[in-house]
Amino acid sequence: MNEWEVEFDHISKSFFGIRALSDVTFSVGKGQTLGLIGENGAGKSTLMNILGGVFEQDEGSIRLFGNEYNPSCPADATHAGIAFIHQELNLFTNLSIADNLFIDSFPRLGKSPFIDKSRLHKRAVDLLSSVDLHISAGTPVEMLTPGERQLVEIARAISQDARVIIFDEPTTSLTAVERKRLFDIIKRLQDQGRTIIYISHTLEDVLQVSDAIAVLRDGCLVSIGPARKYTIDRMISDMVGRRIEQMYPARRTAPGSAALLEVEGVTQPGIVRDISFKLHENEVLGIFGLMGSGRSELASITFGLDSRRTGRISIRAKDTAGSSPVMSIHNGLAFVTENRHQEGLLMEASVSENLYLTSLRKFTRLGPARIINRSEALESANRIAETLRIKSGPINKQKVKNLSGGNQQKVVIGKWLLTEPDVLILDEPTRGIDVGAKYEIYATINKLAEEGVGILYISSELEELTGMCDRILVMSNGEMRAEFARLDFDQEKILQAAFSGRAGYCTPSENGEN
Amino acid sequence: MSDHFVLVITVLYFLLIWAIYPHMAGRRNIANLFSNVWPLLALVIGQMFVLIVGGIDLSQTSIMAVTSVLGAMIMAGRFDPAKFEQNPLWSVVFSEQGGLLAGSGWAVPAAILIMLVVGIGIGLFNGMAVAKLKMPPFMVTLVAMSFYSGLAIYLTRSENIMHLPDSFIAIGKGSLGPVPSAMLIVVTLAVLAFVILNLSILGRWFYAVGQNIRTARVSGVPTERVVIVAYVFSGFCAAIGSILYSARLEAGRPTLGRNLLLDVIGAAVIGGISLYGGKGRVLWAVYGVLFFVVLDNSLNKMPLEFYSIDIIKGGVILMAVLLDSLRTSIASRQTAAEGIS
Repeated sequence: MNEWEVEFDHISKSFFGIRALSDVTFSVGKGQTLGLIGENGAGKSTLMNILGGVFEQDEGSIRLFGNEYNPSCPADATHAGIAFIHQELNLFTNLSIADNLFIDSFPRLGKSPFIDKSRLHKRAVDLLSSVDLHISAGTPVEMLTPGERQLVEIARAISQDARVIIFDEPTTSLTAVERKRLFDIIKRLQDQGRTIIYISHTLEDVLQVSDAIAVLRDGCLVSIGPARKYTIDRMISDMVGRRIEQMYPARRTAPGSAALLEVEGVTQPGIVRDISFKLHENEVLGIFGLMGSGRSELASITFGLDSRRTGRISIRAKDTAGSSPVMSIHNGLAFVTENRHQEGLLMEASVSENLYLTSLRKFTRLGPARIINRSEALESANRIAETLRIKSGPINKQKVKNLSGGNQQKVVIGKWLLTEPDVLILDEPTRGIDVGAKYEIYATINKLAEEGVGILYISSELEELTGMCDRILVMSNGEMRAEFARLDFDQEKILQAAFSGRAGYCTPSENGEN
Repeated sequence: MSDHFVLVITVLYFLLIWAIYPHMAGRRNIANLFSNVWPLLALVIGQMFVLIVGGIDLSQTSIMAVTSVLGAMIMAGRFDPAKFEQNPLWSVVFSEQGGLLAGSGWAVPAAILIMLVVGIGIGLFNGMAVAKLKMPPFMVTLVAMSFYSGLAIYLTRSENIMHLPDSFIAIGKGSLGPVPSAMLIVVTLAVLAFVILNLSILGRWFYAVGQNIRTARVSGVPTERVVIVAYVFSGFCAAIGSILYSARLEAGRPTLGRNLLLDVIGAAVIGGISLYGGKGRVLWAVYGVLFFVVLDNSLNKMPLEFYSIDIIKGGVILMAVLLDSLRTSIASRQTAAEGIS
């Protein structure tokens, strides 16, 4: 067992004088799975980028399979037998599975420039069966679910004969069944003698899949040891350096009786069918569903981003028929979208620009010329940044893309708070952010609910929903399947409802876009 | 990189050329230089709005041609029967006695109004096709370029329309006191563009749409309207350019601006306005045009054939485009590196 595959020896790295890693020393054994955890900015990705040949360490050395290892570019790492399975998958969606597997090493007919199609196909089939993916190798990747795409990436790592495979947040877009299958495959990779480094913010997963766990905080290794010596509580307290007694803070108010948002019989063929619900004052209403259940699509329709064929949506009993995002915002809706990079933020713009984008109309003067009152807008943005404790340089200079994930998410929430909404729709508000930022976001949600805002909380993390919500609605196959009041929360029953009406895991056609 | 980098380069280049060709800084050449700046700047400012929202307007020069011809048909004082007798519009719109409103006091204002309205109309059409029908801007405006330049030639049977009224020609050549009227018009346009981009809500919306149209839409930006306005403004600026060039050349020309398109986009990119959307400032447009005009002027002083000039200009623009894509890819790589964890 004690044959080290990867040894980090006193690794330090600074960026522009800021320490990202200091004196990190630990090793990963052959055939082991190491869970690597830490808050955003703790140094996980810097360390992995050094291993992957993206950055070079300032001090220290790495030994790989017992030999000195000094990659100068990512290709060196690939040749050395290191593979990355990224959060955002690196596949050519327009090409077939087989093409993706061999994109840099097509089997050729002799030395000719022509592809040996039959050999390509045979090898692809072998690889796919080794990851339990029983789909024709000619299928275009765009037809696959996120889970299936991930399996293709794993197959590619196997084809490159990777001995060390790094998983970065691999379960965020997987269904429960897909997740179980991934863990089985990780087990199998391990049995073949491959070494796994598993990075995730989903601590339950890390605990389940790892043999050993290493915790980074502020660039230092805080603790490392066999997984059995860790509990979720210990992992959190190691990561944040303090104990978070209660992950889900308590709320001081109960839901009111006045309905803020009413959705009645909303149908869009192929997406959602006959959805009705009411969201009340001071209420946090959860919507749970698996990938492809229509939960995010329902949010988009409610906000007026996507169209609906029939159904009525009203805010404070005011009909918003045929609405657009412009009208929705005017009527007091706010929408924290699932994907902050693509829908939530202007990555190249400053923090303040992002914060006041949604509420620019409030800061104009000179009537029809609509000249912006900059100082007033900046002042409001500053106030919100302070309230949410966004860690950033001067907000009118700092670009959003240079913030950590948690702070970026706070900017998305902040820009909606600036519109002073009556109803806040949150879609996966804590995805991919660290524990400390999560806690602060939970506290913000509670504060809003106490002030009377109605909150529609969409998440695929059941734990989070049962911790935060007053009621949970369960969706499956585009339909509302069940409703649970807080007293009746039962994770098993909620999951059962979410799985009702679907066979196994979702098929590509159900999954729609990504 | 500093905001004024392009200006510094321009000045250094100018000094270098001045050392070789002393008459470069002569009074006449300077006046000539600036008279080339104004109409080009009008076009580049319009193009900038479209580039900022992530599009491109290839039809600007054809808008110039068609509006030049239409304006002339209204106000020209005399049409040569030898050239125009065969024209289908002969004795319908114009005759030997001049254009539709020839001689009337309203001729010039009406012609200018028509030119602007046609420019805006073509821009509106382009914008609708891009924003509402989701057609690729490149294709929409390429087809528009071909269509309107064909139309301009069809309307005139490829003949220039001369005999424009003096009051119209004064727009291109006259001056108010010491200030050339072309300068007055374009500086006003630049100030208007500055106010829109930097001070108004519409400006924030232009940049937001160019950076990420999806985020902009979710955030309540009326994205379709914003895109349409950009093309409308581009068409409007093209019409202004057409007025200035037609007045300077004292003719309605169906081939007006034929070789100008690369100059417009080239000057924009040299100034630092990104072809990838979301980036551009009025000052950058001014610097880009200055550099381009100085370059063009200096090349014309050198003992070069016209094709060598084209090759050199093309090379310089290509360098600017390369710089633009390098900057953009460095920016996106930084985002990727930090987005991992």
